[in-house]
Amino acid sequence: MAAVTSKGQRLWNRMLVATVFVLVIVFLAPLYWISSTAFKPRSLATTVPPTVVFEPEITPFIKLFTRRVQMRGEVDPEVYEEAEWYEKRVLDAGERFIKDADGNIESSGYWSRFLNSIIIAVTSTFLAVAMGTLTAYGFSRFRMPGENDWLFFILSTRMLPPVVVAIPMFLMYRAVGLVDTHVGLIILYTAFNLSFSVWLMKGFIDEIPTEYEEAALVDGYTRMEAFFKIVVPQTATGVAATAVFCFITAWNEYAFALMMTNSKAQTAPPYIPSQLGSGITDWTVIASGTFLFLLPVAVFTFLLRKHLLRGVTFGAIRK
Amino acid sequence: MIGRLEPGSIAAKRGMSDLAIRNLFIIPTIIFLIVFNIFPLIYSLGYSFTDFRASMNAPANFIGLQNYRELLADEYIWINFATTAKYVLVSVGGQVVVGFGAALLLNREIPAKGLVTTLLLLPMMMSMAVVGLFWKLLYSPSWGIINYALGLEDFEWLSNPEVALYAVALTDIWMWSPFVMLLCLAGLSAIPKHLYEAAAIDRAGRWYTFTRITLPLVTPLLLIAIIFRTMEAFKTFDLAFIMTSMESTELIAIRLYKMAFQEWQTGKSCALAYIVLIMVLAITNIYVKYLNKAKER
Repeated sequence: MAAVTSKGQRLWNRMLVATVFVLVIVFLAPLYWISSTAFKPRSLATTVPPTVVFEPEITPFIKLFTRRVQMRGEVDPEVYEEAEWYEKRVLDAGERFIKDADGNIESSGYWSRFLNSIIIAVTSTFLAVAMGTLTAYGFSRFRMPGENDWLFFILSTRMLPPVVVAIPMFLMYRAVGLVDTHVGLIILYTAFNLSFSVWLMKGFIDEIPTEYEEAALVDGYTRMEAFFKIVVPQTATGVAATAVFCFITAWNEYAFALMMTNSKAQTAPPYIPSQLGSGITDWTVIASGTFLFLLPVAVFTFLLRKHLLRGVTFGAIRK
Repeated sequence: MIGRLEPGSIAAKRGMSDLAIRNLFIIPTIIFLIVFNIFPLIYSLGYSFTDFRASMNAPANFIGLQNYRELLADEYIWINFATTAKYVLVSVGGQVVVGFGAALLLNREIPAKGLVTTLLLLPMMMSMAVVGLFWKLLYSPSWGIINYALGLEDFEWLSNPEVALYAVALTDIWMWSPFVMLLCLAGLSAIPKHLYEAAAIDRAGRWYTFTRITLPLVTPLLLIAIIFRTMEAFKTFDLAFIMTSMESTELIAIRLYKMAFQEWQTGKSCALAYIVLIMVLAITNIYVKYLNKAKER
């Protein structure tokens, strides 16, 4: 093909590449905008025309983790002198921390929601991947009557609309006291991710030649030993990719969290939007909460980039 | 073909039998899924024949098919379904056009192609709820950057019944076009180069090459993308729920949520859930069929 590229075609190609870059910039503008708002002074967040050049500051993140009130009047200079640097930032913005009787700064709900998200996502990921790997091995290596039907059944549980499952689950959880508990959400997310984990891990395990295990069996390993010592180490990449996908799904999940939790075990996705209606909206704080929440997902997406196609097609297409 | 170990082969006599291991590995997962997915559905099937309200202490009364009859005769439910259909059509249609277009553009030598592709894939990995939230910021009528960029002063996107659904669909297109792009790129890169070379020798035009070579060979993966996105768009809850709260954007999943958790018509909502469930399972069936087809290639 290269031999027949004319000058006109090269120009055409160059124009297309330029178009791609312009489109990518337009496409990424929303992400740039939310990230930049997270570092803006409040007065610049909602200006017309939008402020593009500004001095980034971390005040929104300080505000994100604390409870504050708007100040009336000037700051007492003595108080300002004694304040720590982070308190000064808030005082500069015309707000002060709400403190308890001992003078400790009260923290906002964000941190506990963030922590809940981590606990729930990590635990459910661990369970889903562990069970999924075993089941995938079972389906990959052994014959089972009606195995395609079973695999379809497993996948179909993933496709159930969350609201449909949530109604009876809520009633059942209410009966056994699992509403608004970590365990409750962990169970739901494990069930939700399990099917995905089975399908994806089956793809990875199918790729490992059975010869390794057979050789191990000949050498006197039991099947169990062969699985743990030969197969599991070879699936490390697959396990890592599956785990990251499961983590992201659990991390992002909104509907179950909205319906099954309200405070104690609430995760970040239902909490962050709920900040919108309460009082005067400070978009820089919402943006900083969003930024912090999206950051791990962005990092993981980069780590996963080679496996994305595989992940989104449940392991069916491997490239 | 996947190699399989013959049951009862050399090692089966030591340690646990293969059959025992197979059962030990598979059965817990299946039981887990039955207990936490299928059992609740059976439970709600039962409730769908009653007038149960979870907010009251009154016991459930069996009322037969009345819930289903009422739902199917309720014109508002049909409006919800029509809204959902419109949403699916617009958002999946947009994703196919944008995603396929982007794949065609990216299917060439481009500096930093890997980085560009990964950056484009970022939105689909993010939380729908959070994406919906920050698109509200972008859509803000008085100071949002969308109105500023388009030169529309004070144009209402999300509180305008005529436009809100399309505004939500646009966000969905932004988020999920990369998904279609990813699958199309996989399809495009699998097309053997010699086909294009042969077409060039035959002096086939661009359009002819596109419709006779590119399109048919990408179609299997494109179809998978379309069916999957259709199913997801049909179930959409988070995005529309966060972004707007108007009648014109009340998708079926939102109606279901309100019926169950705001109006507490538990019995009736279970019946509606079943109607939705049957539709989703039908699409899932088609999806898996195509997925298996793609796998065999």
